Amino acid sequence: MAESRRRQANIRSSPEATAAVLPELVALLRQNRTELREEWARRITEAQLLTAMTKEEIFAEATSIYDNYVDVLETGAVEALQAYARNLSERIIPRGVETNEVVGIVLLLRDVLARSLFKKYQSDFALLNRVLDAYEPAANRIAVTVSVGFVQERERIIREQQEAIRELSTPVLPVRERLLILPIIGVIDPQRARQLTEQLLRGIRSNRAKVVVIDITGVPTIDSTVANHLVQTVESARLLGATVIVTGLSPEIAQTLVTIGVDLGKMNTVGDLRGGIEEAERLLGYKVAALAEAAQ
Amino acid sequence: MLVPILKQGQYLIASVQAALTDADLLKLRDALTEQVGTFRSRGVIVDVTSLDVMDSFACRTLSDLANMIKLRGAETVIVGIQPEVAFAMVQLGLKLEDVATALDLEEGLEFLNRKTLQMRHGIKPPR
Amino acid sequence: MVSNPLDKIRLAVKSDVDIVLCRQKGREMSVQMGFTYSDGALIATAISELARNIVKYANVGEISISPVEVGGKTGIQVIARDEGPGIRNIDLAMQDGYSTSGGLGLGLPGVRRLMDTFEIVSNDSSGTKVTTTKWRR
Repeated sequence: MAESRRRQANIRSSPEATAAVLPELVALLRQNRTELREEWARRITEAQLLTAMTKEEIFAEATSIYDNYVDVLETGAVEALQAYARNLSERIIPRGVETNEVVGIVLLLRDVLARSLFKKYQSDFALLNRVLDAYEPAANRIAVTVSVGFVQERERIIREQQEAIRELSTPVLPVRERLLILPIIGVIDPQRARQLTEQLLRGIRSNRAKVVVIDITGVPTIDSTVANHLVQTVESARLLGATVIVTGLSPEIAQTLVTIGVDLGKMNTVGDLRGGIEEAERLLGYKVAALAEAAQ
Repeated sequence: MLVPILKQGQYLIASVQAALTDADLLKLRDALTEQVGTFRSRGVIVDVTSLDVMDSFACRTLSDLANMIKLRGAETVIVGIQPEVAFAMVQLGLKLEDVATALDLEEGLEFLNRKTLQMRHGIKPPR
Repeated sequence: MVSNPLDKIRLAVKSDVDIVLCRQKGREMSVQMGFTYSDGALIATAISELARNIVKYANVGEISISPVEVGGKTGIQVIARDEGPGIRNIDLAMQDGYSTSGGLGLGLPGVRRLMDTFEIVSNDSSGTKVTTTKWRR
């Protein structure tokens, strides 16, 4: 067996030969678990990675990653590691751990393990080659899985925050029974327009609103996509049984709407917010009068 | 699945319970058009609160229904369209333009009361 | 490389009962995959229209619904396939208001608006295949 290994001393070994050394590799890493784990944790501290975490925390996480790592080498299935990486990211992102630290620690583990392999098989170059052929692709895959998991989690958090900011940026205000006001300020992109619509529709339902005033005084420009979205908002509000009044169309926006041929027939428009609210009150059957006048 | 039709005073109320097939929708349309005459009803409310999809066929059938009821001398109002459903309908290009809509059953009844009152007094309804 | 525990669903479409089943399955998958309720309604409506097209123009066909991963984005892919007469003029069929059945003519352009990607292949000999995706936000 040892002889046949030596005879076949090409740089790359066959896939069968690679697969054959994998159990040995896994057994070796399990056997030296304590020592290698400690070495890894030491290197992490030395490289000043994960400084937001205590030594004990680092060691606990290192243990979990190590065990997951060996499992992936053994089975080739990354699902458990993926789930762990997501879970780990969820815990450490709020503590300010950066992408380079996560990539750094995975690469360190890769290095620690590779060095241990060099040490063990230094006398048998052909065998070392086969072991590395088995080890390298799996180790790369693990490094990618953990890094991608971290980045995806970060992106998810960023998206969530963007969503939250957007929701805050456009409040749906119930000013009177059955009357909602939606003041829109700033640039509307298609994504925001869509969100506005969804928020408004939910608002209509939860407040049992009958009339909605959308004030776009604070909107500098509108393109045809957004204009169409506005029309769609008006139409979908009607399907829920509410009437929409749009106020505060600037001269520029009025020009755009007419130029691009938006069907304005379905839109109730009133010059300014005040006029819009008055119209809304009329539709709802309110009559606002000064006290003296009402007393007469 | 059959949609139960409830007679409430001078109105008929149909509460659509779950996902309807095309055949069910057509049956509902025919039953309402029939019964509006039998009971001499002044108005029809179709409650679609439980519907989670309104596609082109459902819209066309409801719109046809409203027009047929109109020809039979009564008013129709569709109530309870869910926000998500309304959004999807408009994206698809369905607006139910010629059909009256209201938030829920209560609003629908109020709409019909107002409508029939106007009719009785010979007042032309606005819009 | 991210695997998904949900399997592809394939449904035969022959009648209006199947249309309801298809959109319910699409809705279920959208919930399991974490789509918003509102996007679930868009997906279910698109499936309903696609299945309706099959029943209306080809009599029989198939809808398949499956999770997809492309470049880190997760989505639901809906494929509608039939061996019907095919669409002679796709450009025309994609125009709003065009319909050969006397219907509303909103089917295909509407589906394109409801979903994020839309692809159609159609000819006389092999029928029509519409592939469309909605990404999870």
